[in-house]
Amino acid sequence: MITLGHYLVVSGMLFALGLAGVIARRNIIIVYMCLEMMLSAANLALVGFSRFHVVNGLPDYTAQSLVFFTITVAAAEVAVGLAIIVALFRSKQSVDVESVTKLQG
Amino acid sequence: MPPLLFYFFALITLGFGFMVVTGRNPVTCALSLAASFVGLAALFLSLDAYFIGVIQILVYAGAVMVLFLFIIMLLDIKTEEGKKLNLPAIVSGVLLAVFLTLQIFMVAGSTDLAGKTAATAPLALAEASAKIGKAALPTITKDLKAGELPDAKLIGFTLFDQYGFHLQVIGLLLLVGTIGVVVLSKRERSPAP
Repeated sequence: MITLGHYLVVSGMLFALGLAGVIARRNIIIVYMCLEMMLSAANLALVGFSRFHVVNGLPDYTAQSLVFFTITVAAAEVAVGLAIIVALFRSKQSVDVESVTKLQG
Repeated sequence: MPPLLFYFFALITLGFGFMVVTGRNPVTCALSLAASFVGLAALFLSLDAYFIGVIQILVYAGAVMVLFLFIIMLLDIKTEEGKKLNLPAIVSGVLLAVFLTLQIFMVAGSTDLAGKTAATAPLALAEASAKIGKAALPTITKDLKAGELPDAKLIGFTLFDQYGFHLQVIGLLLLVGTIGVVVLSKRERSPAP
């Protein structure tokens, strides 16, 4: 039988995969994709908790509202982030994270 | 949902997620991410979150991935072949991921909520319609009495009933994001004389 623990483990593994990608990859676009994966992993945990925390015989819709807000914020974040990447590519001609070290001092 | 289907979609989600992290070609990574999101949407459907599952496909696998592919092809990014791998970063990333996964395995089983299944936490739709009573819209109670879960209606009801202000803030955020994108992608003019 599939328990909430199963969903939490899948969510955690997806988050760990995204984290590994953010740390290990150098292509800034792929770093962004891994960030999206981490956000979705959090969404999966939220929806899981929502389904198994039954209120009045219905899933807890507060959690699903939070997922709705998360997805909206993620969409806005992708739009702004990709605009920044395009501006970065214009000035550096590269999408390598190591080409941007101006703030490193 | 039968356990076999859960494992199948979990495998799709995690397998394509792994391809995103390891792929050398950005286009392959973007398409793998779209496939991974479709698997995730199926997991949402298995949790009776139909609205969120559909939104996941429409917004993530649709809009966001098109944006990613558009940027990848616009910038004409070549594959990373020929560049040497950043070994310390890869080792630390993998170690951190393995550590986090082990930690989650240990924590996920330890809460009392974690053992709940669809059988031990059943949805009681007919009972819910009586409990919600007059607080809900008639269309919601009608669906509940008919034994259907009016998922989108209930989310909309929750959003507009309890989180109306937050919804407007999110709308403002989208407006600010749109303006920010326009400002960012405007080419800088040479300074006025």
